[in-house]
Amino acid sequence: MAVVAGALLVLVLLGFYLSWRATRLDRLHHRVETAWAALDAALLRRAAAVLDLAASGGPDPASARTLAEVAGRASRAGEGERELVESALSVALRDALDGRPVEGVGEDTRARREEVLRAARGVHLARVFHNDAVSDTRRARRSRLVRLLRLAGTAALPDYFEMDDRAPHPSPGRSGTTSR
Amino acid sequence: MGLSTAGGTTRTSPAGIDTLRVGLVCPYSWDVPGGVQQHIGDLAETLIAMGHEVSVLAPVGDTDHEPPPYLVPAGRPVPVPYNGSVARIGFGPRSASRVRRWIAEGRFDVLHIHEPAAPSVSLLSCWAADGPIVATFHTSNPRSRAMTAGSTALRSALEKINARVAVSEAARRTLVEHLGGDAVLIPNGVSVRRFAHAEPLPGWPGEGGSIGFLGRLDEPRKGLGVLLEAFSRLARGRPGLRLLVAGPGRADLSGVPDDLRERVVLLGRLDEADKVRAYHSADVFCAPNLGGESFGIVLTEAMSAGAAIVASDIPAFGAVLDGGRAGELFRAGDPDHLADRAAALLDDPRRRDRLSRAARDAVRAYDWESVAADIAHVYETVLGRERSGGVRTGGGRWASALLRRGERP
Repeated sequence: MAVVAGALLVLVLLGFYLSWRATRLDRLHHRVETAWAALDAALLRRAAAVLDLAASGGPDPASARTLAEVAGRASRAGEGERELVESALSVALRDALDGRPVEGVGEDTRARREEVLRAARGVHLARVFHNDAVSDTRRARRSRLVRLLRLAGTAALPDYFEMDDRAPHPSPGRSGTTSR
Repeated sequence: MGLSTAGGTTRTSPAGIDTLRVGLVCPYSWDVPGGVQQHIGDLAETLIAMGHEVSVLAPVGDTDHEPPPYLVPAGRPVPVPYNGSVARIGFGPRSASRVRRWIAEGRFDVLHIHEPAAPSVSLLSCWAADGPIVATFHTSNPRSRAMTAGSTALRSALEKINARVAVSEAARRTLVEHLGGDAVLIPNGVSVRRFAHAEPLPGWPGEGGSIGFLGRLDEPRKGLGVLLEAFSRLARGRPGLRLLVAGPGRADLSGVPDDLRERVVLLGRLDEADKVRAYHSADVFCAPNLGGESFGIVLTEAMSAGAAIVASDIPAFGAVLDGGRAGELFRAGDPDHLADRAAALLDDPRRRDRLSRAARDAVRAYDWESVAADIAHVYETVLGRERSGGVRTGGGRWASALLRRGERP
């Protein structure tokens, strides 16, 4: 009798433990999903801000054409090429804005440029949070227990989003953000 | 409690930004001075000034002096040996129930937990909360035992965090080594206002010119040795020149010739008010650090005070001083080069004025307003557009069920 009761108790505890592990895993997958939605939104916001800046003719006609072209590609990019195209946009932005003084441009252009810088910072933030969530989830899914009992269910193993997200730095010291 | 306005969907402040309800959690006793407490207080005040609604939960020991309106006490702290010193923290059933109640009643959009691994209200709120969580890591101790996340309980709490922030590159490295993953870097802010205006200390800067230094005296990488050598060279041709040295520790003056020693004025450790005055007390402020600085808080404080600065050209200082535009740079560890640069500044008051203005201008990027705006950007990123739900009590139900005996008086 005592043996049966003991075995039952162990089973119940094990059940609780497994459900707790599954809950944690579920929460991690949810975290990756929200982080991806945020990263997706941040990338779209940056592309839109760059297109807006380019449409207003800034910072100069030649860079405006390049920026519009790359930002257009970025907003249309399919899943497979997105990391490359978004990196290209980061490079194009640095080429166009790095070291350019903020002084001497119109109020309107300045506001558009501020929005581009803010959006570029947002891409960096969202990407770090996304990859952080991916790394936590992948670590949890490496656990033997999780693999043996398929606690992750049918959820796909999340992937890192790798890109160059270094923000441009116009006239140093006056950029209005603390990005480095 | 710290919040009064009724909750609802998106609210808009007079400034036109979306108002967020932010819950800040401080693990250490609020009435004991410390870097983390200072950081949270400055952040709370800046966020409130930006139009957000903020409540701070912290253990409070001494309830004698008036607490700020945003503070919610989480009970009396207990002294616990932690990270090599004694921390005054809040833990146990009483604190746990206060944490749950604060979260339930606060209806926050986002919870911002500082030092989430600290075994205090920080870890408790990590366990108790479900929803958007931001965490800031301050510790840069490579052997931090609390951060060795071997324990499942700690890991299960920390993996709920949506966004990790580190205040320095060193803090970020510590976090990545112990926990994996990554964090964004948002430096400590400087409260420019606090340093902007002050009377010089009595008798300073004096007629014959003066150079100032603040920092630990017995730590070689702070570079006091280099400055003393440069001073010995300068003082020969300048009979009135004095050196103001403030900071804890014992200074090694053996490199200074006997007849010059009385012109090296050791003020020892200064309290906060006198520290601010010290930045206004010298004609030239010197930061001779040899390396190992991740940011240079001393430099940003001096810049806020509008000091004319001569600093070593280590990368962190070069970045803060805008490549030399907001202060003179000299080759790190080279006393001759430092003496040249300092002499040029001592002889040219107009150049000092220009540098002073450039420093005040450049430090604005490190002002709390910029830093808090960046942190608010983190909140927005975590919340996304729909901003559904907010923070609820939820997870860690078992842990808190065990602790619930202490709930409600």
